[in-house]
Amino acid sequence: MEHVEGQQHPIGIYFKIWGLLFVLSACSYLVDYLDFQGYVRWFLILLFMILKAGLIVSVFMHMMWERLALMYAILVPPVLVLIFVGLMAVEGDYTEWTRVIFFGLGEETTPIIHH
Amino acid sequence: MAEQTLTNAEDAVTTPEGWDSVVSDWSSDQRAFKNVPWGKAMMWIFLLSDTFIFSCFLLSYMTVRISTTVPWPIPSEVFALTIFGESIPLILIAIMTFILISSSGTMAMAVRFGYLRDRKKTTILLIATALFGVSFVGMQAFEWTKLISEGVRPWGNPMGAAQFGSTFFMITGFHGFHVSIGVIFLFIVARKVWRGDYEVGRKGFFTSRKGSYEMVETMGLYWHFVDLVWVFIFAFFYLW
Repeated sequence: MEHVEGQQHPIGIYFKIWGLLFVLSACSYLVDYLDFQGYVRWFLILLFMILKAGLIVSVFMHMMWERLALMYAILVPPVLVLIFVGLMAVEGDYTEWTRVIFFGLGEETTPIIHH
Repeated sequence: MAEQTLTNAEDAVTTPEGWDSVVSDWSSDQRAFKNVPWGKAMMWIFLLSDTFIFSCFLLSYMTVRISTTVPWPIPSEVFALTIFGESIPLILIAIMTFILISSSGTMAMAVRFGYLRDRKKTTILLIATALFGVSFVGMQAFEWTKLISEGVRPWGNPMGAAQFGSTFFMITGFHGFHVSIGVIFLFIVARKVWRGDYEVGRKGFFTSRKGSYEMVETMGLYWHFVDLVWVFIFAFFYLW
């Protein structure tokens, strides 16, 4: 009868994850505070973000204890968003390129095309 | 509860492990999501759809930020606060992050004490979660006020690219709306737990079905999701 009643886990695991999330958040704040720039910054931001998201979904939302059928149904579709990200990154680059080519660098600095 | 026990007893003997279990669960005649009450499964599916909404917001933010030729305002400076005469970058956002994480911690423990039938602790933890949520929304209101007074509008701002304002108000506004709705429901669930609704099987006002302590977990899923979305907003909007 015990395991029928939903998700029951020792309270220690929640405290551990809570602490870990605090440490990871402090780390991601430090990325800004210590002023990392460029690829190091982006890598660190994504790293801490993914670790935090993983801990929240797997432990706090109990996903690691759910059956695979639910896990895949919920976690696989968002992966498709990455394709969307790729498409829009290409599109964004193209738009920026056409703006630079046809309108110059920014509205404020070079009003070349303006009437 | 009785229905669940039944499916469990049957499943225990027959269900395979690993990938085979996915195939057999999905192809079974009754229900794909074994061991999960319908409310919880539906909450997961709702959260999946919400994931796509927030993804679309963050994606459009990415697209306009890539495509603009005007320099993007530097979030680290825009969201800096002067405390004791010293300008600390992004400090309010950091505090908001810690508050939301703390609320997730209290929520997770509320779920646990709910299943243990500890009504007092569950209620206290749920109310603590709600209060963390209220303070989060309060800080967000402060942040909005500060930015608006500095001249940030959805159509432009003095710091740089005009799209900064529109994406900022859209993304944080929608997230803040989620937090506010969550706070309301946290208070509702806290009241139900306190009154013992889930023990006497009192019917809910919304579904007119008998609730159980699984409701606390379903509430928790929503709340953790709000925290989860903030992780992405924090990374992409404030830190990037």
